[in-house]
Amino acid sequence: MLDESLDALVTAANDGITFDGLEVTPTNGSYTVAVDGESATAATDAELRSLVSDHPDHVTNWYFWHAVAPQKQDRWSFLRWLEGANERAVADRYERLEAGIVETWGQLRIEVALVDTDGNRRYSLRHEDDAGVPGEELDTHTDPLDARTLAKHDDDGRYRPLKTAPSLQTGWQFPDLTADQVVSAVDFFYPATSSNWHKEREGELDVSHWHETVERQTGIYGVVETWDRGEGYEHVNWVAEACCDDSQCLKRREWQYDEETELDIDGGDGSFPCREPCSLVISAARKWTKLEGEQPATYEFELTPSEKEQIEAIIDAVAEGKTEEIREADVYDDANRYRTRFLRAKLFDDEGNLCGVDTEQ
Amino acid sequence: MQALVIAAHGSHLNAGSSTPTFEHADTIRAAGAFDEVRESFWKEEPPFREVLRTVDADEVHVVPLFISEGYFTEQVIPREFRLEGWDPEQWDSDGTSASSTTLPASDTGQTVHYCGPVGTHDAMSDVIVQRAESVTDDPDVGEGFGLAVVGHGTERNENSAKAIEYHAQEIGERGRFDEVKALFMDEDPEIDDVTEYFESEDIVVVPLFIADGYHTEEDIPEDMGLTDDYRTGYDVPTEVDGHRIWYSGAVGTEPLMADVVLERAADAGADVTDAIEQVKAETGSAHASSD
Ligand code: SF4
Repeated sequence: MLDESLDALVTAANDGITFDGLEVTPTNGSYTVAVDGESATAATDAELRSLVSDHPDHVTNWYFWHAVAPQKQDRWSFLRWLEGANERAVADRYERLEAGIVETWGQLRIEVALVDTDGNRRYSLRHEDDAGVPGEELDTHTDPLDARTLAKHDDDGRYRPLKTAPSLQTGWQFPDLTADQVVSAVDFFYPATSSNWHKEREGELDVSHWHETVERQTGIYGVVETWDRGEGYEHVNWVAEACCDDSQCLKRREWQYDEETELDIDGGDGSFPCREPCSLVISAARKWTKLEGEQPATYEFELTPSEKEQIEAIIDAVAEGKTEEIREADVYDDANRYRTRFLRAKLFDDEGNLCGVDTEQ
Repeated sequence: MQALVIAAHGSHLNAGSSTPTFEHADTIRAAGAFDEVRESFWKEEPPFREVLRTVDADEVHVVPLFISEGYFTEQVIPREFRLEGWDPEQWDSDGTSASSTTLPASDTGQTVHYCGPVGTHDAMSDVIVQRAESVTDDPDVGEGFGLAVVGHGTERNENSAKAIEYHAQEIGERGRFDEVKALFMDEDPEIDDVTEYFESEDIVVVPLFIADGYHTEEDIPEDMGLTDDYRTGYDVPTEVDGHRIWYSGAVGTEPLMADVVLERAADAGADVTDAIEQVKAETGSAHASSD
C-alpha cells in the first residue's frame, strides 16, 4: 500500500497538505516539506516522493485518514478519538498502535492496532468485562449486523428495551473489523451515540429538554404534558433519578427541565450524551402522570421499628435490582425472601391489605 | 449515494417485535441497492428522532413499516424526523393511496423522500397471497379455499379498516380464492365468527400486522377458537365448527415484505429495479411460479 499511498499523496500535494505533523506546501512547481517541524525542499514530484518515503508512517497515516477511514465527519472523528490521533504525534501513536490502543465506549472495549507496515488498522470489539478472556473462549463474530442480536438480551436472556442500559451481554468478540465495520458495529450496539458525541464536541448538540419534549407528545402520550402544570420541576428530578442514573443508563443526561432550569440530579459520567428524554422515559412518565394525579390520603399502620426499616430495605433492593443477589438463607438481610414472606404472613389480611387497612380510592 | 431508512414501531416489552424489520432490512442490504440501510423505531433505537444523523447519504428514502395511513405516518414520523413543511395533503391520499413526497429534514439538511406505509401498497396483496401459500405449503392454494384478511376495525384508525378492505377486494378480484373477506378484531364482521362468514371448508386467515405480538399470537387465535389458551399453542390447520382454519400469523414476517419496502422506495424515485428482481426471486419463488 505504501506505493499507492505515495501516489495519492504526491497527487494531493498540488493542493497542499497539512495533516498530523506532515506539511507539504507547493510553491511554483517545487514543494516545501515539513515533517514534525523539520523542513526540506523538493524540486520535482519525484523528489517529493523520495523525500516523504523516508517517513512511511506519515504517508500511510495520511492515506489511512483520507482514503481508508470513512469520511463522514462523526465517524472519522470517532475513529480518530479511538487512537488519540489529536493528542499523539504519529511516531508515538504508531508505536502504541503496534501493541494496540484500547478505549471504552459504554461497556464496549474497543482496541485498534496496526496490522502491517502499510498503516492498515484492525479494530476489535468485546465487552469490557471480557478484557482478559482468551479469544477462543468467546463467540467470534465477523458481521457488524450481529451486534443487533447481541444487544437484544442481557446475560440472563432478558430483553433489553434500552440499548444503553449497563446490561450488555458478555461472551462474544469481533476480533477483526475494518474502520467502517467498527463504526457500524458500535452504532448497532449503541445507536446514534457517536453521532451525538460528535455533535456535542462540535458544540452542535441539539438538546430537547424535558418541557419541550413532553409538549411535543401527542396521542396516548399527550397526557404527559399535563404533569408539568405549575408543579415546579421536582417531579422531573425524580424521573431523572429513577431512569437516567448511571446505574440504569450509560448515556450522560444533558437534557434539563428547560433551557433555563437545570435539574438538581447529576447527569452521570457517560462518554456519550443523551439529548432528550427517550421513549422509555416518556412511557414511564405517562404512567406517573396518572399516578401523580391522585390525592394523598392518611393511613395508619402499626409497625415495629424493624418492620419499618425492613419495608425501606425491600424498596431499596427492588430499586437497585438486588433481589436476585440476596441469598435464601441470609435472614440477616432485611430484603431476604423468607423475611419478606414472614412480614406478609403477619401483616397482610386476606385481600392483601397492609395491616388490614383498606386502600381508599 | 442513496440510503434507505425503515421506520417501524418496535416494542419496550417484546424482543421479537423488531425481528421482521431487521430481516427485511438485511434482505435489502444483501440486494445491494442502497449504499446504506438503517432500521429505526418509535420504541427502540435508533429513534426516529436520531436516525437520520447516523446516515451518510444526502438523499434518504424513508419507508414506514406500518400497515395503514394514520397517526404514525401522518403525525409521528414526519414530526420526529423533522420533515420541514410536511402536510398529509402532499400524499393526496384517500386513506390507502399515499405515494411519496420529498422534504428537507430540518436537523440534518438531508433530502427525505417520505413514502407511504408498506401496508397500503398494491404489492402487499401479493404478500398476503404468498403468506397463504406459505402457511398451506401449497404454491397454488386458492381453489376450494376461503381467505380472511384480518385487522383492527375503525375504532383505532379509520384507515386501518380501509387497508384491510382494500386488499381483500383486490385479492377477491383475482378470482384465485373461492371467497375473500375482510374481518376485524373489534367490529363486524368479527373474527370471532370467522366460520360463519365462509362456505369453504378451508379458510386461510392472514392478519395484516407487521410483527407478531399480543394481537396475532394471543387475541386472534383465542378469538377464533383455535385454542382456549394461547400458551398451549394450536395446530395448523385447526378444525373449528366443521372448517379447517389455516392461521398464518402476522403477514409482516413474510420475507416477500422486503419487496414492498423496495417498491415504496422505487415509487419515490429510488433506483432499485435490479434489487426488486433479486428480492422477488429470493423471497417470492412460489409466488413467481404461480403467477
Ligand atoms: S432519557 Fe435517561 S434513560 Fe433515556 S436514554 Fe436518556 S439518559 Fe438514558
